[in-house]
Amino acid sequence: MTPSRLRLEGVGKSFGDLTAVQDLSLELAVGESLALLGPSGCGKSTVLAIAAGLLAPDAGRVLLDGEPLTAAGKLGFMPQRDLLLPWRRLIDNLILGPELQGVPPAAAREQARELLPLFGLAGFEDAWPAQLSGGMRQRAALLRTVLAGHDTLLLDEPFGALDALTRLGLQDWLAAMRERFGWTLLTVTHSPEEAVYLADRVLVLSPRPARPAARIDIDLPRPRVPALRADPAFGQQVGRVLTALGLT
Amino acid sequence: MSGPPGTPHPPFGVAFVFSGTGLGQAPLRMPGANDRCTGAIAMPPSPSARRAAVSAALPPVIAVLALVALWSLLAAGQPPIVLPGPVRVLQAAIASWSSLRPAIAVTLLETALGLALALALAVPLAMALAGLPPLRRALQPLLVASQTVQVLAVAPLLVMWFGFGLTPKVLVVALACFFPLAISLADGLAGVDRAYLDLFASLGARPPQTWRLLRLPAALPAFFSGLKIAVTYGIVSATIGEWVGGSQGLGLYMLRSRNALRIDQVFAGMLVTTLLSMALYGAAVAAERRAMPWRRAS
Repeated sequence: MTPSRLRLEGVGKSFGDLTAVQDLSLELAVGESLALLGPSGCGKSTVLAIAAGLLAPDAGRVLLDGEPLTAAGKLGFMPQRDLLLPWRRLIDNLILGPELQGVPPAAAREQARELLPLFGLAGFEDAWPAQLSGGMRQRAALLRTVLAGHDTLLLDEPFGALDALTRLGLQDWLAAMRERFGWTLLTVTHSPEEAVYLADRVLVLSPRPARPAARIDIDLPRPRVPALRADPAFGQQVGRVLTALGLT
Repeated sequence: MSGPPGTPHPPFGVAFVFSGTGLGQAPLRMPGANDRCTGAIAMPPSPSARRAAVSAALPPVIAVLALVALWSLLAAGQPPIVLPGPVRVLQAAIASWSSLRPAIAVTLLETALGLALALALAVPLAMALAGLPPLRRALQPLLVASQTVQVLAVAPLLVMWFGFGLTPKVLVVALACFFPLAISLADGLAGVDRAYLDLFASLGARPPQTWRLLRLPAALPAFFSGLKIAVTYGIVSATIGEWVGGSQGLGLYMLRSRNALRIDQVFAGMLVTTLLSMALYGAAVAAERRAMPWRRAS
């Protein structure tokens, strides 16, 4: 049994009269990739904010490596928008995490530069965020998350703002990066194909309040490669997810 | 790494994402493989950029010339003691330059000191207002009240309390400039997107770091909006202070000219006041551009 990295037990959260999340439990094993899939506005992002320690749940508890999670900053969190700071050049956006942790900027930049090619950002370290394409900004946001020093990443609709083709390309890239770095991933998405492609397991959430509606083990080989998308087995897994969503 | 930007070697045979198909590359603006973006920005303006600058400058130049022409027409039939024409005003300015020049220096000094005082008070107050919402609710009405105070009524009182020297003028300028500076900066500091604050929290930032690296830079555009408004109040407020009780400065120059029925000199004083205000505004715009170089990059 792989040790548990993150565990949500009976978590609930309301905002005034609005119940966003109700009695939600999930477990993320070390090295696993789990996708949270649900309709728009179902409370997926709230679940992720709770998992990141940004929101305190009203009910239930969050365990990180078996210990109660008490503060933010223990896991890598990539928000929905890239949130690059427009007044910092790319390289200085990337080192935000280490800089906040007290690492001297020069040393942090050195480390960031080594990873630029792998993230498709080589040659752009002195660019302003406004000069980058949407795909590059998204990769930069992920590299910023990685450089903060966590190998468990919570991704909130990481490619939601991108066009379909760029999005597929970034899914391939993320799948490859996951194999290379051995990341543990919790990804919120509203795309069944993206969930199947990126995850070992998919947790389908009900419309608000978010509750687990189905847990689906994705029976596909790793590493996930582009050819898989044309494989009937891929379509079959997507079909299972769509059925769980009540869309077939 | 030899390829162009955005085409790294494949990590796991997935580099087609960045190369052949051009996915994720379309909006890139960089021309060559090794060009730095900053290089592209720092390049001298191209002929087409110069043409664009000229065509951008043309409308305001035409508007000013039209206004001067209209002024000349209106003044042509009037005695100069009622409405002097532009040429006569220019001649008066040149002829009385020996008294205009020191007056300009005094008024500029009062304005600069007043602005500095307003800034020194507004920046910490805006930070306190943005950081403590109850304080903001408590003080906002008083701040608005401070702006509605009649400068013309207060200025003589300030002269009475602080004499005919520099102090009352500096205070009048500070009173006028303080409000736009404090309110706009407080709005900018308080208006930082929640998502950015969450991001900083998720990266383990402590509050002073969030202020220094997020709130203050994020509030720069709002700060400069306030500064641009404040500087246009500055010169005028200083001259009002001089008008009601001064021994020197542009306000006194205009008052004395009016008393001597030298209306051409009154106009010369107004012209100089306007030009100084516009120059200050231009300086604020230049400072804004300098402080936010990323704005020119998009």
